[in-house]
Amino acid sequence: MEFKTVVFYFLAAILVLAALRVITARNPVHAVLFLVLAFFNAGGIWMLLGAEFLAITLVMVYVGAVMVLFLFVVMMLDIDFARLRDGFWSYFPVGALIGVLLAFEMILVLGSTRFGFEAFPVADPAADFSNTRELGLVLYTEYVYPFELASLVLLVAMIGAVSLTLRKRRASKYVQPSAQVAVHREGRVELVKMAAEKDEPTAAEAAAATDNPASAPGATAKN
Amino acid sequence: MDAILQPVANFFGPIWPLVWSLAKIVVLLIPLMLGVAYMTYAERKIIGFMQVRIGPNRVGPLGLLQPIADALKLLFKEVIMPRGASKGLYVLGPILAIAPSLAAWAVIPFADGVVIANVNAGLLYLLAITSVEVYGIIVAGWASNSKYAFLGAMRASAQMVSYEVSLGFALICVLLISSSLNLSDIVSSQGTGWGASHGVGFLSWNWLPLLPMFLVYLISGIAETNRAPFDVVEGEAEIVAGHMVEYSGMAFAMFFLAEYANMILVSTMTALLFLGGWLSPVGFLPDGFHWLALKTAFFLFVFLWVRATFPRFRYDQIMRLGWKVFIPITLVWVIVVAVWLMSPLSIWK
Amino acid sequence: MGARDSFFSLFLWELLQGMKVTGRHLFSRKLTVQYPEEKTPQSPRFRGLHALRRYPNGEERCIACKLCEAVCPAMAITIEAGQRDDGSRRTTRYDIDLTKCIFCGFCEEACPVDAVVETRIFEYHGEARGDLYYTKQMLLAVGERYEAQIAADKAQDAKYR
Repeated sequence: MEFKTVVFYFLAAILVLAALRVITARNPVHAVLFLVLAFFNAGGIWMLLGAEFLAITLVMVYVGAVMVLFLFVVMMLDIDFARLRDGFWSYFPVGALIGVLLAFEMILVLGSTRFGFEAFPVADPAADFSNTRELGLVLYTEYVYPFELASLVLLVAMIGAVSLTLRKRRASKYVQPSAQVAVHREGRVELVKMAAEKDEPTAAEAAAATDNPASAPGATAKN
Repeated sequence: MDAILQPVANFFGPIWPLVWSLAKIVVLLIPLMLGVAYMTYAERKIIGFMQVRIGPNRVGPLGLLQPIADALKLLFKEVIMPRGASKGLYVLGPILAIAPSLAAWAVIPFADGVVIANVNAGLLYLLAITSVEVYGIIVAGWASNSKYAFLGAMRASAQMVSYEVSLGFALICVLLISSSLNLSDIVSSQGTGWGASHGVGFLSWNWLPLLPMFLVYLISGIAETNRAPFDVVEGEAEIVAGHMVEYSGMAFAMFFLAEYANMILVSTMTALLFLGGWLSPVGFLPDGFHWLALKTAFFLFVFLWVRATFPRFRYDQIMRLGWKVFIPITLVWVIVVAVWLMSPLSIWK
Repeated sequence: MGARDSFFSLFLWELLQGMKVTGRHLFSRKLTVQYPEEKTPQSPRFRGLHALRRYPNGEERCIACKLCEAVCPAMAITIEAGQRDDGSRRTTRYDIDLTKCIFCGFCEEACPVDAVVETRIFEYHGEARGDLYYTKQMLLAVGERYEAQIAADKAQDAKYR
C-alpha cells in the first residue's frame, strides 16, 4: 500500500467517525467540535487530491469563521435535552425516508456513466501547477457572470440580515467616538482675558464719587 | 550538504522524508521557543525601563536566567482541574491554543529558499491557521466551567473573528500587488522597482505604497494576538485573566507560549509582507536572514512599546474600531490598489 | 473635522506622541531602589516597631497610666497595673499586638513620660501569628537595644514639640 493511501484511509476513518459523533454526541458543544474535526479531515483529503486552495479555504471559512460563530451560539444556549429527544420516534420514519432518498440520489449521480469517475479524466498537473491560479482563471473568465451574480446575492443577503437585526432602541445610551475625537479646546473652553486684580480707585476719583454719588456709575464705567 | 545526508537517508529508508521534516521542525522550534522565553524577559525589562524601573535583575547576570527560572517553576506546579470542568476539553484547550501558533511557522521563509514547506498558497495557509487559533481560547473558556473564563472566551472569539477580516483584507492588498500567495515570491517581488534599482531598496518595499494597510495590519495584528491595548480577553481588572483563569502550571504556560509565539509570528509576517523580509534596505549591504531578524525584533519592540504606552480599550470601542473603521478603510484600499494596479500609473509592472 | 485633523488622525499622530513619552523614558535614569542593598532615607519620626524605654539609671519609665491603652484606636495595647514592692505603681503586663497595631503613633504622643516609643525598625517578622504579640519583656529588650538611636531621634525632634 502506498503511503498516500494510508494517509487517505486514516483521514477518511477519522472523518467518518467525527461525522457520526456530530449526530450522536449528547453535548451540542462536543458535536460542534466534532464537526470542526470533520472539516479538518475533509480539508486533509482535498489536500491529498492536490486541491490545496479548496482545502485551505474550507478550513479558513468553515473552521475559522462559521464554526466559531456556531460554537459561540451553541455555548450560550440552554438546551433541554429531554424535550429535544421527545418526538424522536415520531419523526424517525420521515427522517429515514429522506435519508434513504438522499443516499439513492447520490448513488445515481456518482455511479452513473455521466458523472462517474470515468467521465472525468484525472488531471496530471505539472510541477508548477497552481491550484489557486487555475481556479481564478476559470472563475473570472468562463464563470464570471454566475460568480458575480452569486456574490451579489450574498451581498443582498448580508444587507438584509443587517437590516433585519438592526433596531434602534431609544433607551440605550451610547457615545459617538467620531464626535469625541473631533472635540477641540476652542469648542469647549472660552478663555477670557482679564486683569488679575481690580485697580484701586485713585484719590481724585474716590473724592468725586463721595462728592457726587450720581456720577459714580460713570466712574466705574470708565474703569 | 546532500553528500553528507545521503548515508543518513539510506539508513532511514522509506521513512526518511518524515525524519527529515521532523529534524527541520525541531531546528525551527528550539530557537522559536527560546525566542518566546526571552521575549517574556524582554517584555519585563523594556516595560520596566519605560516605567523608569530596571525590571528583573536577580536571577543570573542582568536577570538573564529569569525565563528559565519561570519555566522551571511552572513545570513543577500542579495542573489543577476544576471539579465542574469538562475533562477532555479542559486538557485540549491549551494544546489547541499552541498548536496553530507553531504550525503557522511551516510556511514562513527565513531567507531565499530557507523554509520548511515552500507551498504556493502559503499566505492562505497562514490565514487559515491563524483563524483556527481562536479555538484554543474558546474551548479553554468553555471547558473551565467558570464565568470569568467563559466571558474571556466570548470576548476573545468576537474580537479575533472581527479583526481577522481586516487582517485578511490587508493581506489581499499585498497579494494583489505581488500577484502571488507564496511568501518567498512576495518578498522577492519587493526587491524590484524604482527604489531597488537605485540602491534604496526600502523605498520599493510594500510599506510605502500600502502605508494605511501597513498600519491596519500592525494594529489588527496586535488585536488578533490579544495584546495590550486590546487585551480585554485577559482584562486582569475585570475578568481576572479571562480564559486562563482556571489553568495552572504547564497548562497555563502553554497559553503564554502560544501568545508570545503568535506575537513573534505576527511580527515576522509584518516584516515579510511589508518590510521586504530578508532584503537589505540599501544596495551596498548584502541581503540575509539578519535583516529579517532585525525587522522582526523591531516589531516585537513596537508590541512592547505600545503595551507600555496605552491603556486598555473599552470593549465596544474595540468592536467599533474593527468593524466601523478598519473594515471600511481596508475595503476601500483594496479597490484603490486594484485600480492603481490596472491604471497606467502602476508602479508594479 | 478638517483635512489637517483627519490627516493626523489617520496616521495616529497623537498615539505617536504618547509613544514618544514612553520612548524617552526608556533611556532616562532608573529610579529603582534595590531594597536589601539600597534603602531609602528614613525620617527620625519613622513609626516602626514599638519599644519601652528606661531611664539612664535603669528604672523603667512606664508608670502604668494607661493613656496609651485608652488612646489606641486599634485596641492593640493591653496593660495591667500593680504595686511594686517599693510601693510605686508599675505595669505587671504591657502587651502590644502588632497584628492589630496600625502604627498611628498615638501611644507615643499620649505617653507623659516618653516610655512607649516607635522605633525605626520595620524589618521584623514572625513565622506564626503569636510571634507578633509583643510582651513587656520583648518591648523592653527592643528599647534597651536601640536606646541610643531612640534618644538621638527624640533629641532631633524635640525642638518641634
